[in-house]
Amino acid sequence: MNNLVEIQGLVKAYDARTIAVNNLTLTIPQGKIIGLLGPNGSGKTTLIKMINGLLAPTQGSVRIRGMEPGPETKALISYLPERTYLENGSTVQSIVEFFADFYADFSTEKAYSMLAALNIDPKARLKTLSKGTKEKVQLILVMSRNAQLYILDEPIAGVDPAARDYILKTIINNYNPEGTILLSTHLITDIENVLDEVIFLRYGQLVLQTSVDEIREKHGKSVDAFFREVFAC
Amino acid sequence: MAWILDSDRPIYAQLVERIQMQIVSGHYPPGAKLPSVRELAAEAAVNPNTMQKAFSELERSGLIITQRTNGRIVTEDTEMINNIRQSLAKEHLDLFIAKMLELGFTKEQIIAFIEKAVQEG
Repeated sequence: MNNLVEIQGLVKAYDARTIAVNNLTLTIPQGKIIGLLGPNGSGKTTLIKMINGLLAPTQGSVRIRGMEPGPETKALISYLPERTYLENGSTVQSIVEFFADFYADFSTEKAYSMLAALNIDPKARLKTLSKGTKEKVQLILVMSRNAQLYILDEPIAGVDPAARDYILKTIINNYNPEGTILLSTHLITDIENVLDEVIFLRYGQLVLQTSVDEIREKHGKSVDAFFREVFAC
Repeated sequence: MAWILDSDRPIYAQLVERIQMQIVSGHYPPGAKLPSVRELAAEAAVNPNTMQKAFSELERSGLIITQRTNGRIVTEDTEMINNIRQSLAKEHLDLFIAKMLELGFTKEQIIAFIEKAVQEG
């Protein structure tokens, strides 16, 4: 009933031999924190880009609150891409202002309080910041929106463990019962306590969608250990 | 500080044990108000829905009570808290004795061990 995203028979073929997403059908409920997990090349980013309307499906459909990806759905989704798109010469402050202008659901107050908590100077120019700090800035911008769906593509890969803890706390604190967070990552151990559900992808297909505690109950091991077993090379 | 949780057991069950322990040990005394699900989830660094599930479980057992206006409080039924305390103590003892027997000690030796350890504090 409360499905936020419905994906039906989704296919993305880049060419005849490269099928990144292969006949994928799944639903993403509201009010959950969901891990999108899979080895390299399993179609995670391609799927995320199709939900965001950045790639057109070869076949099948994506519906967000019943709508095709477009301007209306982009207003509902706060997206952290795997690569940065921010202007290097700008200051953090000017980017915050830009976001506040651009997104009706953006909270400037939230952004500044998170920047302060992570000791990031709003007057600093982006190019003077380290790679990890840039990633933090970008994540703060994404989490400062009051969106229905947050899609985070590899949000914690480049940041130090202390900041990772803070980011996970931020995710928990910003969680609202109507919103869903979909995050892709390889660092399962760090985040599995925070997840409701996991989606395992392989070769662009769904291997498994289940809750973290169900994996632990059924298999007596962590999601991380289970992942290593399922995807053993 | 995030709570330290085992990686091979369901998270919610560990949350239940942990909160139960905090109630039995008096960290949350009878009648005390508990933090909100979100606060406790953030402290433990776990998913809020999982913390909610743990709270529901504790409510079912009667150890915590939801008041419409005042959030959640610890039960004032001290007998119930004491019973849980006794059964937790028994679990630990049984486990200890089983391990000692496995190591090949006799019952008398186990008692001697305990007396010595308690005296040495």
